[in-house]
Amino acid sequence: MSLTQIEFQAGGAGNAPTQVIKGRSPWALAWRRLRQDKVAVAAGVLIIILALLAILAPVISSWVGHPPNTPYNNGTNSQGLPVSPSGTFLFGTDGLGRDLFVRVLYGAQISLLVGIIATAIGTGAGVVMGMTAGYFGGVVDTVLARFIDSVLAFPYVVLALALAVVFGPSLSVTIGVISFFSWAAIARVVRGQTLSIKEKEYVEAARSIGSGSWRIMFVDILPNLIAPVLVLATLAIPTAIVFEATLSYLGVGVQPPTSSWGNLLAQAQQFYSTSWWYLVFPAGFLLLTTLAFNLLGDGIRDAMDPRTERVFAAQRKGRRAEARRAGRTPPAAEVG
Amino acid sequence: MAFATFIVRRLLLGIVVMWFVTIGTFLLFFVAPQDPARLLAGKNPTTQEIADINHRLGLDQPLIVQYGHYLDRLIHFNLGISFVNGVSVNSILKQDLPPTLSLMVGGALLWLIVGLGAGIISATRARTVLDRVATTGVLIGITFPTFVFGLVLLFIIYLPLNRAGFHWVQTGYEGPTTSIVGWAGHMILPWITIAAVSAATYTRLTRGSLLDTLGEDYVRTARSKGLTERRVLYRHAIRAALTPVVSQLGVDMGTLAGGAVVTESVFGLGGIGQQSLTSITTGDTPVVLGIVLMAALFVVVANIIVDVLYSVLDPRVKLS
Repeated sequence: MSLTQIEFQAGGAGNAPTQVIKGRSPWALAWRRLRQDKVAVAAGVLIIILALLAILAPVISSWVGHPPNTPYNNGTNSQGLPVSPSGTFLFGTDGLGRDLFVRVLYGAQISLLVGIIATAIGTGAGVVMGMTAGYFGGVVDTVLARFIDSVLAFPYVVLALALAVVFGPSLSVTIGVISFFSWAAIARVVRGQTLSIKEKEYVEAARSIGSGSWRIMFVDILPNLIAPVLVLATLAIPTAIVFEATLSYLGVGVQPPTSSWGNLLAQAQQFYSTSWWYLVFPAGFLLLTTLAFNLLGDGIRDAMDPRTERVFAAQRKGRRAEARRAGRTPPAAEVG
Repeated sequence: MAFATFIVRRLLLGIVVMWFVTIGTFLLFFVAPQDPARLLAGKNPTTQEIADINHRLGLDQPLIVQYGHYLDRLIHFNLGISFVNGVSVNSILKQDLPPTLSLMVGGALLWLIVGLGAGIISATRARTVLDRVATTGVLIGITFPTFVFGLVLLFIIYLPLNRAGFHWVQTGYEGPTTSIVGWAGHMILPWITIAAVSAATYTRLTRGSLLDTLGEDYVRTARSKGLTERRVLYRHAIRAALTPVVSQLGVDMGTLAGGAVVTESVFGLGGIGQQSLTSITTGDTPVVLGIVLMAALFVVVANIIVDVLYSVLDPRVKLS
């Protein structure tokens, strides 16, 4: 049982009502702060809705009765142009007369899939590389740190294009390319954190009772890295989503007929002067998604970082005074 | 004297870097499972035709020999000949450089003005309306993918203006030699696009670095001497605060010289970036190598300039 889980009773003297003081773990505190952050909560809800839409894309597609890759005769007008949004086609149709609504939802599947898988791979690799560099130090650190720096400094769009073309454009190559460029930023932060954590007394204690390097890294150091890594990973997801969309827009990412927001927008560019919906819906979904992840990431960072307490202390003092005036009990002070 | 040795040392180092770049790209593109001969030979080529083309391009020789030939041409400033259309890479680059340079210089000016301005405002007037506006702008800048921002500009500016019979704003590229005004009309949307996306980074950098600098002892000293806040800010704090901005600018200029692939594609500018996209997809290795080398050269030169600027901006930095 860890210290923070211990509940103890205080103020039990006399006949005063017993007051239970409950210790809160840093996680519980962070979660509490996050829930109070309206913007972050809204962003989280939006992400859940998007995820549901993406997962349910096949179901919704069969409700609407339009498979994603079927062109419809009534999906193009007499000049062969896409038709505007209507009861039949909620978001209008694309250049071939396919239902844009269904295609945008399938595009959400690709975006979220790429965003989450590429970030997971990148984060895993980044944590292992960063921890290895920071923990072992010496030559290992020098080599890995230079490698991290050179990946970060590389003009990645051109290299990503080259890799995508060399290996042939496909979903898995896209994910691979994005992962390759996302681990370095995480590795750099993890390395820095590991450098300071490995000097802590509890690591020394672990070593003194005979723990091996791997055990120390994964049991004693890793748990302390979760907070910063979680923030970085949340912010890496929108970057990965934009990366995928850009590669697909340039024609070297996800290939048609599979729809991705990027390749939808590439096709939309031929039609934007006549068919606004073709541009607006995929772009709108892409922007909402990246914005939501960015806001959620910022929210998590603020919630995890005890320093934000000090920054906003002045503001909260103002709020508490206001609350007192309104006759409410002021919110308890939180210590991060 | 120290300055001269510094420049010579860095140039030599730069040549080593470029040499590594040639090895890296050479390997990547020649190991790649691509067959330029098959691409050139047209439909249904015979084995003999393919062998002939491979012989003509020197692709039948061992990789190390090919690399030797390449280096030999390179020291004579000859980047070779395109696999796809037989034009010399030097002339392709010469033709593609003007749009890219126009984009780079104009875009950088615009994003420096916006980014520095917004950064200084939000650092010196933290938590005011102006700071909020700047922060929101930054958020929009990092949320919008470059190509979406470009498409949106086409949709809300280019299209309505041209429909209304106002034809100044155009896509594509036209050199400034015919008409400066026409050139600006072709470049204005690409400039805004590239500036909008980059200004966000510069705003954040300037804000963070200026806040740090304003907390330093020498700024307090300057204030305690009784200098006006304006003078403290512009003569003392900003100079040192600019160093990270300058190094970011060096990185960005280098990257942009390799082509703003996305911006150029959205507006059909036809610069180095679009060229690299076509060359990579068609397996036109000599052109790709040429572009990569040129970009590397820009990175090397930009880094040297950055280091010199560092010592000019911040007297605590010494060239070595």
